[in-house]
Amino acid sequence: MNHGLPVPDGQRGDSHQAPFDDDQARALAQRFPILSRTVMDAPLVYLDSGATSQRPESVIEAEGQFLRNSYAAVHRGAHTLAVEATDAFEEARRTVADFVGADEREIVWTSNATEAINLLTYAFSNATAGSNGSGPGSQRFRLAEGDEVLVTESEHHANLVPWQELCARTGATLRWIPVDDDGLLRLDALGDLLNERTKVLAFTHVSNVTGAVNDVATLVAAAKSAGALTVLDACQSVPHLPVDFHALGVDFAAFSGHKMLGPTGIGALYGRAELLNSLPTFLTGGSMITSVTMERTEYLPAPARFEAGTQRISQAVALAEAVRFLKDLGMDRVAAWEAELGQRLARGVAQIPGVRLVGPRPGQERVGLASVVVEGVHAHDVGQLLDVAGVAVRVGHHCAQPLHRRLGITATTRASAYVYNTTADVDRFLEELSGVRAYFRAED
Amino acid sequence: MSALDQMYQEVILDHSKRRIGEGLAAGDATPMGDEDAAGCHHEYNPTCGDEILVRVGLNGDTVTSLTWQGDGCSISMAAASVLSEMAPGADVSTLLTQIEAYREMLRSRGAAEPDEELLGDAVAFLGVSRFVARVKCAALAWVATEAALRQAAAGRTED
Repeated sequence: MNHGLPVPDGQRGDSHQAPFDDDQARALAQRFPILSRTVMDAPLVYLDSGATSQRPESVIEAEGQFLRNSYAAVHRGAHTLAVEATDAFEEARRTVADFVGADEREIVWTSNATEAINLLTYAFSNATAGSNGSGPGSQRFRLAEGDEVLVTESEHHANLVPWQELCARTGATLRWIPVDDDGLLRLDALGDLLNERTKVLAFTHVSNVTGAVNDVATLVAAAKSAGALTVLDACQSVPHLPVDFHALGVDFAAFSGHKMLGPTGIGALYGRAELLNSLPTFLTGGSMITSVTMERTEYLPAPARFEAGTQRISQAVALAEAVRFLKDLGMDRVAAWEAELGQRLARGVAQIPGVRLVGPRPGQERVGLASVVVEGVHAHDVGQLLDVAGVAVRVGHHCAQPLHRRLGITATTRASAYVYNTTADVDRFLEELSGVRAYFRAED
Repeated sequence: MSALDQMYQEVILDHSKRRIGEGLAAGDATPMGDEDAAGCHHEYNPTCGDEILVRVGLNGDTVTSLTWQGDGCSISMAAASVLSEMAPGADVSTLLTQIEAYREMLRSRGAAEPDEELLGDAVAFLGVSRFVARVKCAALAWVATEAALRQAAAGRTED
């Protein structure tokens, strides 16, 4: 077997099984009911896991089992079901926290990563306004004119627009780390951009367009020395790589359940315990208070202070099952397999005349995804041709318009693999892709 | 013929390359030459990024020109090209009738039997109506043209 990455032994308690291969991926795919269907009479080749992943039977079943047997409101009521549901809900939090190298008090449930980042940016606003339980410790979340928020040019809109709006509300200035012609972060520009005015550095761990893995250690070290808080968009890393937030040293992070074999409607905000407890609240109401009078309210410590109203209970339980599924596979093996698929994608694309690979060159580190531009053919037409062959990919700007604009393109076609994909899936994509220009007569 | 080939008909692939009418004579609604009214309209599809700016020039009830500038998939560009070929010389009410008939055809999910005499080459887009996700691509330039025609008419009323 030929692997793109070395496989470390027993990382974070992961299994010591042999490296992943096509036979195992094929066997694994059989545990995902949807992957055995056909599309337009062709077997489905699902290469859109970067947008949302498919769910194994065990995850679908875990949610069903919980709903059939133990569902009730959590953290209120004293009946048996309420106790069982609360136990399952908090056990899910522990499972997910352990998976990402966090303490359970550091994981706040949200609907998705977008909501997690919005929670954070509104909490910053509330610190600035001195509202929502702002105490002495909330000082470091205040933003004012002269302060700067630093992002990158390659961010997903979910980690860009909320910061733009926060700056608009507080008078702070948004700045960004530029990318080079391949769409990779220009860390050489960091020196000028990160300074004593920088209050926050928000950046993605893995680009959802280029598949590049950003150098978290360098960025965190630079932010720390400038006294800035770090916020990591971990949407494309937690599902695909071993991730340990404590080891990475980030202050906050966000990820979504539906990209990691779990359900929609559940995601999480990670925050270092000491920060979360001094962060003002965002949504207010039931379940997140200690005492309420007609005049004022005291709030619970984290994570409850951020979980107002009835939570996504069955979704959290199902997400924990997805995490157990991934842990059983071993994230080191998942990452190694996807690195191999990513390199196969990159190498294959680079060999097709008239097709441009975006992001890291073949041989450079990337996760199992590749975005491409077919000269003379619009991405929508590319996606259409692939779809009738049963190959599901994403076309468009992938919620990263500034990055596409910087690269001089309006849309790309993205194939994104997961652990249930095989080298044959990648080859099917490449085969169809190589016929696109001829079909649309773009070869002249 | 496969469903795909029914969508990407010869005439559509051909027009997506020829792009008749591409290049705006002027990007605004000021009448020029023999025009006595003009209208401009921009349409954008945020889900795929396709966009088009259409300009129509009128002389009395007659469409004298239809030009556009756009960026998008072959279906959206071909739809603009076909319309640009059809429109000059047509009277406004006929063009609006054609646009309505075209819209109905696109909504039919392949079931329409379009009037070839009325729609000419545009009947080729019947195949697109089977691909619900692509209907907006085919409609973009035509919707923009309808709005540009209304703007031209409104501009004349104000005079």
